[in-house]
Amino acid sequence: MNKHKIFSPGSIYFLLMCVLLYLPILLLIIFSFNDSTRLVFPLKGFTLQWYGKLYENRELLKALGNSLMIGFGSSLIATILGTMGAIAIVRFKLPGRSVFLAVSALPLVIPYVIFGVSLLILFNEVGIRLSAFAAGLAHVIISIPYALLIISSRLVGFPDNLEEAAMDLGASYWGALLKVTIPICSPALLAAFLLCFTISFDEYAIASFIVGTDATLPVYLFSQLRFPTRLPMVVALAAVLMIVTMAVMLFTEWLRRVGQSPAKKG
Amino acid sequence: MTDYAVELCNVTKVFSSGRGAKSEDVYAVKEMNLGIPRGQFFTLLGPSGCGKTTTLRLIAGFETPSSGEIFIQGKPMSKIPPNVRPVNTVFQNYALFPHMNVASNVAFGLAIKRVPRDEQKRIVKEALELVQLADMGKRMPSQLSGGQQQRVALARALVNKPAVLLLDEPLGALDLKLRKAMQIELKHIQEQVGITFVYVTHDQEEALTMSDFIALMSDGLILQLGDPATLYKKPANKFVADFIGESNFIRGTVDSITRKGTKLRVLDELVTVDAMEVNLAKGQAATFTIRPEKMMLKTKQPVSTEALSGTVQEVIYIGTDTRYIVTLQSGESVVVRVQNGCSPDVEQFSKGDLVKVVWLPEDARLLTD
Repeated sequence: MNKHKIFSPGSIYFLLMCVLLYLPILLLIIFSFNDSTRLVFPLKGFTLQWYGKLYENRELLKALGNSLMIGFGSSLIATILGTMGAIAIVRFKLPGRSVFLAVSALPLVIPYVIFGVSLLILFNEVGIRLSAFAAGLAHVIISIPYALLIISSRLVGFPDNLEEAAMDLGASYWGALLKVTIPICSPALLAAFLLCFTISFDEYAIASFIVGTDATLPVYLFSQLRFPTRLPMVVALAAVLMIVTMAVMLFTEWLRRVGQSPAKKG
Repeated sequence: MTDYAVELCNVTKVFSSGRGAKSEDVYAVKEMNLGIPRGQFFTLLGPSGCGKTTTLRLIAGFETPSSGEIFIQGKPMSKIPPNVRPVNTVFQNYALFPHMNVASNVAFGLAIKRVPRDEQKRIVKEALELVQLADMGKRMPSQLSGGQQQRVALARALVNKPAVLLLDEPLGALDLKLRKAMQIELKHIQEQVGITFVYVTHDQEEALTMSDFIALMSDGLILQLGDPATLYKKPANKFVADFIGESNFIRGTVDSITRKGTKLRVLDELVTVDAMEVNLAKGQAATFTIRPEKMMLKTKQPVSTEALSGTVQEVIYIGTDTRYIVTLQSGESVVVRVQNGCSPDVEQFSKGDLVKVVWLPEDARLLTD
């Protein structure tokens, strides 16, 4: 047996990645408990005051409310549309479905800043007021490709004669969809919903252009960076956002795997 | 009312593959006319790609005929979607709903029809008893073996009391022993419930074991329709003789046609074969067939038998039988199966022996290609 070399190119890459990715996050969390307005070592002492300030901040709570509302609404709509799109693409031999797929996936490659600016122009032209609603609309569009991809990957691995079996036993097409397809895909649907939610919840660039006065959490967070004394509070907020997002993402990934496994067995 | 559970009238199904100018029409079923008698175990038999599964899917309603009409219990089905047809299907890979337990799977059709709960429970219990899974109701499909999943699929279809039960190679995924046991069980269940079964398989032995009637298909056509014994004993053509059981084919030319039958010349030897309904002229090439177990090896030709001379090429002992591969003078090989019983007139031969391959005249059949 050959020994695993500690300094092989692979492990150096992995180490570097961990340092660059997780060290900043770790620092962020450490400083969020530091009793000082300056983010420098040495640490001054342990405090929970920044988290306390988060909780007392009305503006911030309002921004959190906006973010939750936009996130919930946009991911719900994106999941529904994504499901419909996935069923259309996977189950039916639509003419031009590759075009459909390409168009749906386009938001994945458009820079959000450019998308934000163009939506700003568009919404002004057609008279949609800049608001949480507008931001929600934008988030639906950027979330759809993710929902579509997650759900269609589940549908592809799904034995297609289950729907036939349901119809054979007397169910209508919609009955088969509701009683068989949707329940079996439910982990994938939830995973898609949660992923869309984290995308919306973390999204800054588009929201900053079109959210108007209904600041979302990332927009609020960025606006607070102008005030040096509020920096530790922003750090605490960032730490919370990060942990929540990561937890949701891990749960989503777990769900996606749970949803995938029975298909392989059957 | 007709006596047929299912009738196919001039049914054709065309699939087009490819696109645009390159598209090619594939005829899965060609102008099929078929009546499936009520209450029978009916088998669609044929090699893969012969259109048997397509025929089944046409009856179920998952495919629509390109032309022609299908009648179930005398009613035309062209405008009836699968969920309203009085048929149920047992799918090849069972297609059990993985998110429901066994009892819910079986109750699915009843729940759709809004049968009262208590009634559902009773029917499901009966059905699970019928397929010998009485205490498995709470299990999930993934916790069952292949054979058990198969039974659940059968129960799930039967509870709906369909006029016709369609089975698409339901035993294909099971191992040999279980398959044999299930064949007999399926047959018994069919007799017990009295529902018309339409069974699709490529396994001729399976078809012979279970069926009341067999339709042998090839290339979208029915080559022969009949009960198992007829298909085995009186194959209509070479394909049928070859597909069902083992057959020897011997070529010759017509020497003369008499009232007793057709005299064929095989190299220098003359044999007489019952002419049957095949019309041949003198000098024409013809093939006749004999089953290996209907031939014997002798040193001398007994009276009132037909015979050809040959040389033993190989002797294969397979327990109950010995198989001799004999090369005829014409160069063709035939297989002769001799039972290793205690019959005194069985002679033993070894490789290289010169022998007479003999058979009774009625066991040979003249074939068309």
